[in-house]
Amino acid sequence: MGQVGLSSRSQGQLYRVAATDRPQVAFTLNGEPLAALEGDTVLTAVLTNARQGRRFEFGGESRAGFCLIGACQDCWIYWADGTPLRACTTQVEAGMDLVTVPGDGT
Amino acid sequence: MAPSIVVIGAGPAGLRAAETLVDAGLRPTVIDEAPASGGQIYRRPPAAIRRDPKQLYGFEADKATAQHRAFDRLKDKIDHWSKASVWSVAARTLNVATEAGLKELGWDCLILATGAMDRVIPFDGWTLPGVFTLGGAQVALKYQACAVGGRPVFVGTGPLLYLVAYQYAAAGVDVRAVLDTAPPAAKWRAMPGLARGGRTFLKGLSYVLRLHMRGIALASGVRPIAAVPGPHGSVSGLIWRDARGRERRTDCDAVATGFGLRSETQLADLCGLSFAFDALQRQWLPIQDADGRADVEGVYLAGDGAAIKGADAAEISGARAAHALLYDLGRTGSAEQIERLNRRLARFEPFRRSLEAEAFPFPSDLAVDAADDLMVCRCEAVTAGELRRSVRVLGATEINRAKAFTRLGMGRCQGRVCGAAAAEILADSLGVPLETVGRLRGQAPVKPLPMGAFLDGAA
Repeated sequence: MGQVGLSSRSQGQLYRVAATDRPQVAFTLNGEPLAALEGDTVLTAVLTNARQGRRFEFGGESRAGFCLIGACQDCWIYWADGTPLRACTTQVEAGMDLVTVPGDGT
Repeated sequence: MAPSIVVIGAGPAGLRAAETLVDAGLRPTVIDEAPASGGQIYRRPPAAIRRDPKQLYGFEADKATAQHRAFDRLKDKIDHWSKASVWSVAARTLNVATEAGLKELGWDCLILATGAMDRVIPFDGWTLPGVFTLGGAQVALKYQACAVGGRPVFVGTGPLLYLVAYQYAAAGVDVRAVLDTAPPAAKWRAMPGLARGGRTFLKGLSYVLRLHMRGIALASGVRPIAAVPGPHGSVSGLIWRDARGRERRTDCDAVATGFGLRSETQLADLCGLSFAFDALQRQWLPIQDADGRADVEGVYLAGDGAAIKGADAAEISGARAAHALLYDLGRTGSAEQIERLNRRLARFEPFRRSLEAEAFPFPSDLAVDAADDLMVCRCEAVTAGELRRSVRVLGATEINRAKAFTRLGMGRCQGRVCGAAAAEILADSLGVPLETVGRLRGQAPVKPLPMGAFLDGAA
């Protein structure tokens, strides 16, 4: 699948192309334990593992971010308690417990 | 007491503004949303991601490194509020959301260097997971060492289209196609003006040639028709029309799209600045005098947030804004500097004009031809048909009225994403020139804030 630089495998939407020799960061998404890398944003952490982020409030289809520079607000996902966070401007931290649909994790 | 001087934005314009002020012995506060300086164009990866600047910035590596070093040298001479977002301006006070909570900052002089983002035109399927802006695709690469997909298609127009596609190809990504909406002959017609861009022009040309030499499909005069989902619900292909009107399909796992840039002007609006319509950029911009002064005392404008002129010009207009400020504080020596910087800025004009008007014209028809059921506002799910109905049935005659009727532009992005296309659709429905429909007014908070921030503040 493609001739992508260093990491040709991706479970998700994003593909890592360099700097993959970083310490892992463990977090959970919808209850599933996953690994990100130090320096990842939450968006990178989620989208290297999954192809979709939150569900759109009006219609329920999946969204996965758009501008990646903190302007469009499309990449919001949620803490397990339902509090939203903007994934593209938040750094992933060990132990983060995140959900794509608010309320699912409680 | 020394005046409180605030620079908003730490990209090329904000950096040179701050540096000029420091050189004059002043201590500005620089507020920026990112953890480190650089803006979007020279965005720095987090410390944990170590990459060679040559890999990260290509031809611009020296420029990026020089700017990062220049900013780092200011460290002890400025107050740098990083990861901080100005969400409102009330008279002479800025409201700032920081990691430590909400803060207020009084100002006497303000340099707005708020930058720009992609100008977007919606097409069928543009809200699917896997469709990103060109700028977003570039930030993923620079800031996160990630590609937005393994087999992306790039569609839109503007210099960024070729630059980002080239950066992806150079990073080893299997770029499936680069599809430009500009007519095939446009670049040739624009050549005399483009050539005046000198080195910038040659770099652009080399991106196109290198993409071609890699055997990547390049097409001009195209129109995107639809991004289509695969079984997993994310984008799996782009259907497009070629210059001869034939329908084509390119399989892919990501789409990056953008049609030039639009200025971030919400804070200029909240400062109470007057705006004027810029026919070349097809957007409303804060009015400035020949030296970057806005029409509210103490406010100065710089960089792409004031008008889209690119990163090199942003550095110059950043320094110029600072000199205008210094001049107004009584440093008459700045007059000479302003003159010098204005001469340098003037050299960008023919090149910018060729870029915007000739080489990469904004395809208004793509916005205007939106089907009635196309979602134009992706925050509030407002369709082109609802927008047209606000004109036809409800009698909206300008964009803020249409916003009130439809909620378009009232969502979390405040019209940053849909505003440009919505204005084109409205103007077409009304049968009036684009400027007649006006501009979406900026509203505080200019970016969403967690309610918790206010509750904590009240406690």
